Amino acid sequence: MLEVRNLHASVDGKDILKGLTLTVKPGEVHAIMGPNGSGKSTLSNVLAGRPGYQITAGDVLYEGKPLAEMETEERARAGIFLAFQYPVEIPGVSNMEFLKASLEAVRSAQGKEPLDAVTLLRRAREACQHVNLDQQFLKRGVNEGFSGGEKKRNEIMQMMLLEPKLALLDETDSGLDIDALQVVAKGVNALRSPERAIVLVTHYQRLLDYIVPDHVHVLADGKIIKSGGKELALELEQKGYGWLTGEEESA
Amino acid sequence: MSTDTDIDTLVSREYAAGFTTSVESDTLPPGLDEDVIRFISSRKNEPEWLLEWRLAAYHRWLEMTPPEWAHIHHPPIDFNTVSYFSAPKSMADRPQSIDEVDPELLRTYEKLGIPLHEQAALAGVAVDAVFDSVSIGTTFRGKLKEAGVIFCSISEAVHEYPELIKEYLGSVVPQGDNFYAALNSAVFSDGSFVYIPKGVKCPMELSTYFRINEAKTGQFERTLIVAEEGSQVSYLEGCTAPMRDENQLHAAVVELVARKDAKIKYSTVQNWYPGDEQGRGGIYNFVTKRGVAHENAHISWTQVETGSAITWKYPSVILRGDNSVGEFYSVALTRGRQQADTGTKMIHLGKNTKSTIISKGISAGRSQNAYRGLVRISPRAEGARNFTQCDSLLIGDQCGAHTFPYIESRNPSATLEHEATTSKVSDDQLFLCRQRGIDTEKAVSMIVNGFCKEVFKELPMEFAVEAGKLLEVSLEGSVG
Repeated sequence: MLEVRNLHASVDGKDILKGLTLTVKPGEVHAIMGPNGSGKSTLSNVLAGRPGYQITAGDVLYEGKPLAEMETEERARAGIFLAFQYPVEIPGVSNMEFLKASLEAVRSAQGKEPLDAVTLLRRAREACQHVNLDQQFLKRGVNEGFSGGEKKRNEIMQMMLLEPKLALLDETDSGLDIDALQVVAKGVNALRSPERAIVLVTHYQRLLDYIVPDHVHVLADGKIIKSGGKELALELEQKGYGWLTGEEESA
Repeated sequence: MSTDTDIDTLVSREYAAGFTTSVESDTLPPGLDEDVIRFISSRKNEPEWLLEWRLAAYHRWLEMTPPEWAHIHHPPIDFNTVSYFSAPKSMADRPQSIDEVDPELLRTYEKLGIPLHEQAALAGVAVDAVFDSVSIGTTFRGKLKEAGVIFCSISEAVHEYPELIKEYLGSVVPQGDNFYAALNSAVFSDGSFVYIPKGVKCPMELSTYFRINEAKTGQFERTLIVAEEGSQVSYLEGCTAPMRDENQLHAAVVELVARKDAKIKYSTVQNWYPGDEQGRGGIYNFVTKRGVAHENAHISWTQVETGSAITWKYPSVILRGDNSVGEFYSVALTRGRQQADTGTKMIHLGKNTKSTIISKGISAGRSQNAYRGLVRISPRAEGARNFTQCDSLLIGDQCGAHTFPYIESRNPSATLEHEATTSKVSDDQLFLCRQRGIDTEKAVSMIVNGFCKEVFKELPMEFAVEAGKLLEVSLEGSVG
C-alpha cells in the first residue's frame, strides 16, 4: 500500500529525512518511534502533503502511484488520513458542517453519492459515541475551545467516519491521560481491518500497550535505524533511545 | 505550492453583474449648477418647496469640502465630470404598471435575479427597482395597500403623499449634514419610500434593487422609511453596476424613523462593481444612513458589503427615546485594490438605551479595510449600554485591516464593552481542510463564512443564503 524508498525530505530548506525506507501493507499496524527531532512528525506531514514539506530525493508510492504528484486534497480523497498532533481551530464552522464537506469531497472522488442528512447525522453520532465525545461537539466550531484531549478524540471521530485506507496518527497519545488514551486506542482498534493500514507515530511506548503494532521502527536522524516486532518497543521502554542512537537521553 | 499565489488567484474573480443594458436614455451632460437642479426638479414635476429645498442644499454643498478623515485614498473627484440625471427614454411617460415597462429593463433585472413580475417575484418579497436615476416599478403594491403599507418610489410619494415627505425628508439626515448628504439632497433622483401605519406589521419583506447603467452617471438615491407607533418592517437593499473603466459616483441617503415601540430592520447586500485588479474603475460609494429610534423602538442595520472601489458608510442610530435599541451587524469584504472605511455611530440620548455593534472585516489581495465607529453616551442617557465587537480576518499578507473605535461617555452609569480581534486564514487551517479532502477554495469560503456567522444569522433567511454565496463568489480565485 505504501512504499517509501530512500526518502529525503526537507522542511523550510532544512534536511530532516535522510534516506528513509519503509513498506506498509494493508492490514498492518506500524509504529514509528524515535527521540524528539528524529523526523517522526516530518514523515507523517510529508506523507499527508503539508505545504513546506519537500521531498528532495527518493520515492514514495501509495497504491503504486507516486505521492509527490498528488495534491494534498487528492491524497486525502484517495484514502490517506492524518490525525494531527495539534489540531487547529476553525471558529464558526461547525464540526458537522466540516464533516459534511469533508465526506462529500472524499465520497465524490470515489464516485459515491453524498450521504443523506439523516444517515450522515446517525453515523456522526455513532462515531462520537465510539470516542466518548458528546454529540454537542458536532454543533460546536471545529476544535473551537476543545481541550487537548477533546481535540484528539475529535480527530479519531473524523477518522472513523471517513474510513481511510491509510491512517497516520501523529503523536495522538501526547497530552492524553490514561483514560483518554484508552478511548482513543479503542477507536483505532475498531478501525483495524485487513484492508486498512495504520501508522502510529509516537515518542512513548505506552500507546502501544493498547494498540499493539505488527512492526516497530526506530527513527533517528532521519533514518530508520532498527526495525522489529512489538517487543522492540518494550526494549526501548527499558533502555531508552540512547541504546540505539549512541547518545545519552533521559527517558 | 505557495499559499500566497493560491490566495492571489482566489481573490481575482470576475464580477458577475458586470453587463450593460442597451436602453435609450435621457442623460444630462456632465456638470452641476442651479440649472441642473431645476431640470431634475422640473423633469420630476416637483412642487416649488422641494425645488427650494434642493437649491438650499446645493448652496450648503458649495460651501463644504469633501471629508478627508477616512482611511481611503483616491484622486480628488471632479464633480463637474459626473452626469446628475439619467433616465431610460421609455420612462418619460411613466408606465402605469409593470407590464408597460420596457422589456429590456425587465430583462436586466432578470439577469440580476430580480424578477419584477409579481407572479415570478420572490414569494413574500415586494421589490422596488431603481435603474440609474429612476424607479422602474414596484411589485405587490396592491397587497401592501390592503395592509395600509405605502411602498413606492420617492418621486411618486412626493406627489401622492406630500405631507409625509414634507414632514420627514431631511428630518434625520439634514441637508447640510455632510458633504455627500448635501450633494444628495441637491440632486437626488429617486429611491424608495416606505410608510408603515400605527400597529401594522408589514406582511412581507420589502426590497429595493439599485442598478447604475449609464456611463459617467452618478446615482443619488434617497430612501425614507417611517414606521409609526408599534409597527414593524424588514427592508432589504441590493446594489449592482456594470463594469466600466472610469469610476462612477454613488452618494445615497437613507433615513429611518422608528416611532414609539416600532421596529425597523434594514439589511443591505452591496455588490457595486469593485474595479479591476489594478484598481481601475469601480464605484465610489459615499453613503449616509441614519435612523432615529424613539421610545422603546428598535433599529437594526445589517450590511454585507462586498463591492465598490471605495466604501464610505456609517449606518447610525440616534437612540432618542428611553429604552430604545440600536444594532449594527456588518460584514465588509475587500479584495483587489478595494478600500472600505465603514462602521457605525450609536448616539445614546435616552435612558436605558442599548446598542450592539458586531463588525466583521475581511481583507484580501491589496485591499484596505477599516472599521470606524463612534459610541456616544449623552449626560442624560442613564443606564446606557453598548457592546462592540470588531473582528478582522486577513487573507494573504498584502492587505490591511484597521480599527478606529471612538467612545465618548458623559454618563458614569453607562456600561461599555469593546472587543477586537485580528486573525489570518492560517496555513494550518487550510492544511487541515485539505487533509480532509476539501479543496482550498471551498476551505477559504467555509472559514470566511464561519467568521461571518454572527452577522449572517441577522439577515432575513433567503438573503443569508444569498450573502453566503456572494461571499463565496467574491472570494473565488483568492486561493486556489
